[in-house]
Amino acid sequence: MNQHITASGDTTDPTRARPDASQDVVRLVELKRRFGVTAALDGISLTVRKGEILGIIGRSGAGKSTLIRCLNGLERPDSGEVFIEGREISRLGERDLQPLRRRIGMIFQHFNLLSAKTVEDNVALPLKIEGRPKAERLARAAELLDLVGLSEKAKAYPASLSGGQKQRVGIARALAARPALLLSDEATSALDPETTRSILALLKDINRQLGLTILLITHEMEVIRSIADRVAVIDAGRIVEQGPVWSVFADPQSDITKSLLGAIRPQLPAELAARLLPAAGAETILRVDVAGEAASGPLLSDLATAVPGAFRLVHGGIDHIQQQPVGTLFLSVPGSDANHLADIITFLKARQARVEVLGHVANPV
Amino acid sequence: MSPILFELLLRSIWETVLMTAASGLISLVFGLPLGLALIATERGGIAESLWVNRALGAVINGFRSVPFIILLVALIPVTRLIVGTSIGTWAAIVPLSIAATPYYARIAEVSLREVDRGLIEAARAMGGNRWTIIREVLVPEALPGIVAGFTVTLVTLIGASAMAGAIGAGGLGDLAIRYGYQRFETSVMIAVVIVLIILVCGIQWVGDRLVVRLDRRG
Repeated sequence: MNQHITASGDTTDPTRARPDASQDVVRLVELKRRFGVTAALDGISLTVRKGEILGIIGRSGAGKSTLIRCLNGLERPDSGEVFIEGREISRLGERDLQPLRRRIGMIFQHFNLLSAKTVEDNVALPLKIEGRPKAERLARAAELLDLVGLSEKAKAYPASLSGGQKQRVGIARALAARPALLLSDEATSALDPETTRSILALLKDINRQLGLTILLITHEMEVIRSIADRVAVIDAGRIVEQGPVWSVFADPQSDITKSLLGAIRPQLPAELAARLLPAAGAETILRVDVAGEAASGPLLSDLATAVPGAFRLVHGGIDHIQQQPVGTLFLSVPGSDANHLADIITFLKARQARVEVLGHVANPV
Repeated sequence: MSPILFELLLRSIWETVLMTAASGLISLVFGLPLGLALIATERGGIAESLWVNRALGAVINGFRSVPFIILLVALIPVTRLIVGTSIGTWAAIVPLSIAATPYYARIAEVSLREVDRGLIEAARAMGGNRWTIIREVLVPEALPGIVAGFTVTLVTLIGASAMAGAIGAGGLGDLAIRYGYQRFETSVMIAVVIVLIILVCGIQWVGDRLVVRLDRRG
């Protein structure tokens, strides 16, 4: 959709390593759905590949919930196509959707556990629906409760569990029928940050161990950052941006993405930002965004060697997203020599960095 | 109280218990499915059909708006058709059941509506059909309310059965009117009231205990 900076040797970029289309677990084509006058989905096309975690992020009301419900037929699109493992499902009747839904696990923001059933009976319910014998159901439930670390709660009722434990039961239940795809509908939005981390770690584990494909929707960039391989940003029913997480984080294109990234992206310290002047001052403040190879090389020492003259690092650092270095550096370049500044910018740009002149300050310290 | 009156009291207790239990059971058997039908056919329900929903609602409201004493008399032909007679305890069970069924259907409907829609969605997402949703989600989740509502229905039936004396059904209410009130047998009146209090409290106590045991919502 957009041109993200691409470091050589990168294998997560969609334009480079494109597995064949038969590996697509989900393929959406021009999905549209209206509620009254508002378009919840306004032409969504995307694919989810086997074994990947795709995160869909957007503000509330952006159409995320409608989108995820189109994937298992809980919601029907007005037009467009939904392919699940190569099969078009958007026109299927309720009866034909039922076996398909058993191939798709789903976890929910409010867990949706049955209060009248024990933990093990909740986990075993998808198998009961499939008509499996009781012994098999309970054996599978025990196996899954072990996987999510809740074996000792098998006979407990959901009301006695904490939020994080409830979501673990929800995850175990979603996995019971050995699905090909796991849908996560804001699964961590009702949890505190610490519990959120443990649930996300569990999802990542399951993704790795079982090779399970996961599509998750969220409004929190932290969730995307910690577990997603790719991200699609949705706004007003349209995908405004998508790509590998590290690349979208390194170089967000749309305003929505930038605002969703918000505090996650490094910012110039507020007191320094407050003193920025548009007119030339004693020092020029540059924002330098680097990712991939540009961020792993000796960028600053090379710069010092190549361009004689002083500059100083006032803020920033290198972060790692999906094992990819993603960095933002704020440099302060003294002096009024425009050529010196231009040389620095030219050098950095030649090294794949994105450089922005933020303004000027009289005294950067 | 004379031994004859005492024997009459025992017989009346039995008649009241019989009328309440039989019509209670019938209202449960028909009222619960009716409540489920109301929930299933409403807008956004698992078997949405607004036309059926409105028709069911109208019939239920119709029966519920007729005062029981009128229903008792108006249903005499129906009673005769079903029981073979329009007089006696068994004959009273027909109008009692017909009055209690829509009453209980409405109570069950309220409990069933309180079941979180997210749970129904979860069952659908698992590949469950309507029957699964009813059996695994709606009824078990609403069970505390369904039982509490049934308790209320039984207590209401004890009250309604007092009017069944009008068609010779006997029972405690009939005894209280004919002996306690019309013959100024104060001891009979007091005895009947005490028995009714014990009966109502007993049913309520059992119902409440059952609800507590069934309620796993924490």
